[in-house]
Amino acid sequence: MASKYYFINILRFVLLALVQVLLCNKIGFLGFINPMIYILFLYWYPIKQNRAAFIIVSFLLGFIIDIFSDTLGIHAASTVTIAYLRPAIMRFCFGVNYEFQSFKLASVPRIQQITYIALLIIIHHTVFFILEVFSFENFLLILKKILAVSLASLILCILLSSLFSVKKE
Amino acid sequence: MQQIINFIFRNKNLLLYLFLLFISIALTIRSHSYHQSKFFNSANSISGGVYNASNNVTTYFNLEKENQKLVQENMRLRSILFNKEYNQEVQIDSTKFDSTLITYKIIAARIIKNSYSNLDNYITINKGSKDGVIQDMGVITPDGILGIVENTSQNFSQVQSILNRKSNLNAKIKNTDNFGSLVWNTKDYNTVQLIDIPRRIPVKVGDTILTGAASSIFPENIPIGTIKGWNLDVSKSSYSIDIALFNDMSNIKNVYLVHNKDRAEIELLESQKPNGQ
Repeated sequence: MASKYYFINILRFVLLALVQVLLCNKIGFLGFINPMIYILFLYWYPIKQNRAAFIIVSFLLGFIIDIFSDTLGIHAASTVTIAYLRPAIMRFCFGVNYEFQSFKLASVPRIQQITYIALLIIIHHTVFFILEVFSFENFLLILKKILAVSLASLILCILLSSLFSVKKE
Repeated sequence: MQQIINFIFRNKNLLLYLFLLFISIALTIRSHSYHQSKFFNSANSISGGVYNASNNVTTYFNLEKENQKLVQENMRLRSILFNKEYNQEVQIDSTKFDSTLITYKIIAARIIKNSYSNLDNYITINKGSKDGVIQDMGVITPDGILGIVENTSQNFSQVQSILNRKSNLNAKIKNTDNFGSLVWNTKDYNTVQLIDIPRRIPVKVGDTILTGAASSIFPENIPIGTIKGWNLDVSKSSYSIDIALFNDMSNIKNVYLVHNKDRAEIELLESQKPNGQ
């Protein structure tokens, strides 16, 4: 049972990283919109697992994407931030009952799932674009990028998460 | 002591998070102010290998278009060559072709990872130190310029694109000797800016911009783009000119690396000046 968890998560890690760098980083819709779908890894990651391990794995995922896209440190910083904030976000979306043994992501209402992934994406993209632009002179540029790319990521993540919906976990 | 250990145990996740955040932000700040990291870039053997494998498949999809581009370029070069023979009456086989006299060495390469939608774009190509690529070689395409080699691994190289906030190249307006700096304002990936051109210079929409002579990286007179519009900078004393690039930066496959054999000598000479400039 435990080895199955590891296997699924390693597979997700590798596949999402590859899809991100080989497909999503090349979309360039309207010149700058590259949706980030690897956030789904954090969305799907089991809730009951060791939290420190989760933070480290998320950092590694961000770091690998950084190496591939030559943006050293930016993906890693934003991914590790949402990994740390995930319990708080889940408490906000699902109430306290997400900590119970019987809680399953697939069984909560659709709107709560969407709120959860949307919050992950918005926090991730806010950190990401502030670090990428790296000056508050271009505040409007940061805002434009956060809004446009968040929307694209959100649409793609919702589509993908319903395509590969988790039934048994 | 006990309390410190307890504190660490209680907040171990927060401390871990802050530690990892610190590492990544330190890396970010470093890459904003200095060169890219020597090892953690897309030209290393793993990410370069992945990009190369994916590129080996996708390169077939636009083979025909690439062939047409290369034929076009050959046509242009041949017409220059034939007209030169005709005008100057120099026979090519009677001209002494001494390889030690060649200043510029050319290496052909293929892009395996293009990037144009970020604020600091880096491109990865499939030639590395094994093929004689070294840092600070110029990278050009059949239509214009692309960037400068920043890091090399054994089989791959990372190129700093002209679409990068750190990029700063020497360029001039055709038929004048007024040169300025070519920079990018991050707005549009097919438009770059030429700054520091003095106000007294007449500027016309449609004029061609070429690489300047002050750079030891690129040969002089490589076409870059045409003037699209301009405005005066804050001090009203010099232009900031928008340039439409000849390249379509989103669709490049084959590039050439230019190595200036005299560069080391020029650099040495310039570094000997007492005030550095």
